[in-house]
Amino acid sequence: MLLRELVAHLRENRTQLRQEWAQRIAEARLLTAMSNEEILAEATSVYDNYVEALETGTYEALQAYARNLSERIIPRGVETHEVVGIVLLLRDVLARSLFAKYQEDFAKLNRILDAYEPAANRIANTVAVGFVQERERVIREQQEAIRELSTPVLQVRERLLILPIIGVIDPLRARQLTEQLLRGIRTNRAKVVVIDITGVAAMDSHVANHLVQTVEASRLLGATVIVTGLSPEIAQTLVTIGVDLGKMNTVGDLQGGIEEAERLLGYRVTPNKEEKL
Amino acid sequence: MPVPILKQGPYLIASIQSALSDADLVQLRHAVVEQVGKFRSRGVIVDVTALDVMDSFACRTLRDIAHMIRLRGAQTVIVGIQPEVAFSMVQLGSTLEGVATALDLEEGLAWLDQRDMEPG
Repeated sequence: MLLRELVAHLRENRTQLRQEWAQRIAEARLLTAMSNEEILAEATSVYDNYVEALETGTYEALQAYARNLSERIIPRGVETHEVVGIVLLLRDVLARSLFAKYQEDFAKLNRILDAYEPAANRIANTVAVGFVQERERVIREQQEAIRELSTPVLQVRERLLILPIIGVIDPLRARQLTEQLLRGIRTNRAKVVVIDITGVAAMDSHVANHLVQTVEASRLLGATVIVTGLSPEIAQTLVTIGVDLGKMNTVGDLQGGIEEAERLLGYRVTPNKEEKL
Repeated sequence: MPVPILKQGPYLIASIQSALSDADLVQLRHAVVEQVGKFRSRGVIVDVTALDVMDSFACRTLRDIAHMIRLRGAQTVIVGIQPEVAFSMVQLGSTLEGVATALDLEEGLAWLDQRDMEPG
């Protein structure tokens, strides 16, 4: 009943409160990625959804709206703190207007706030969680995409494969790499594999051991593995954590690795004297 | 089911056709070690292409065979280990250390031929 009165008040003063809110957003320098008109338009629909959630006490519609809103604003670079910030600002603006309206009757103001605050907090929560969930969904999708793109096994010569690894290797990716490499050895009938880890910034003991296991498994398939491009940092970590690298054949850089592989395969590359660029 | 051991020129080829019991493995070991002397073979190829799983006993027996054959004056190559099998073997810690491996029968024969031509 109090809520109904509250909702009626918010409906009545919709234009003015919305204006005030939009102004507070601008003052706080939130949503800088969006133009003023856009902010006002979004503010209007957020406001209406907010009041509706207060009125009905159900949050499904608000949740759906929050997801939809997040979907639109995440690609524009809106941050979590901005979204949480604007919802909290709205809460403050509305609370202020309640203070102004009921300042004569302190007891009633108290009861109104008792009804308003839990609902408002819950709304803020819903919107923030919706935003974060949407963000996480985007991140998951991107991770998936990166993972699929990230592990090419390339044949550079008959029976010679290279596997350039770039970026962070987590246990999941390490396993996928190994599977792809072993399958590649089979299908390409490779004898030598060059694994280039120039693009790997860091490596923990788990991943290092996995690398050693990959080398050994490749040997069981009859292929020799050459690891190239160990950065100074990785070399130091590996020795410090005591990974057994005795079975690993390492060469400084990718060029050296390919040359070594060619030597193992019996190729000899010589410059052609007649034809020059 | 005993494993057929075929004589191919100077080499013996033991081609495993199906999953083996421990007794079969022991029997294979006996047969290979014996026949390598009988035929004066210079190399033995054990083809495990048909195996989808390899337990620690099988891994150890393969390694033992390789070492015993060396004592009999010949070389051993294990060929045809499946990628999944290879990785689970490594994870179990049995890496067939000191044993030559090759992708398939053809590669194994090529390896033995090359070994033969090397002096000494």
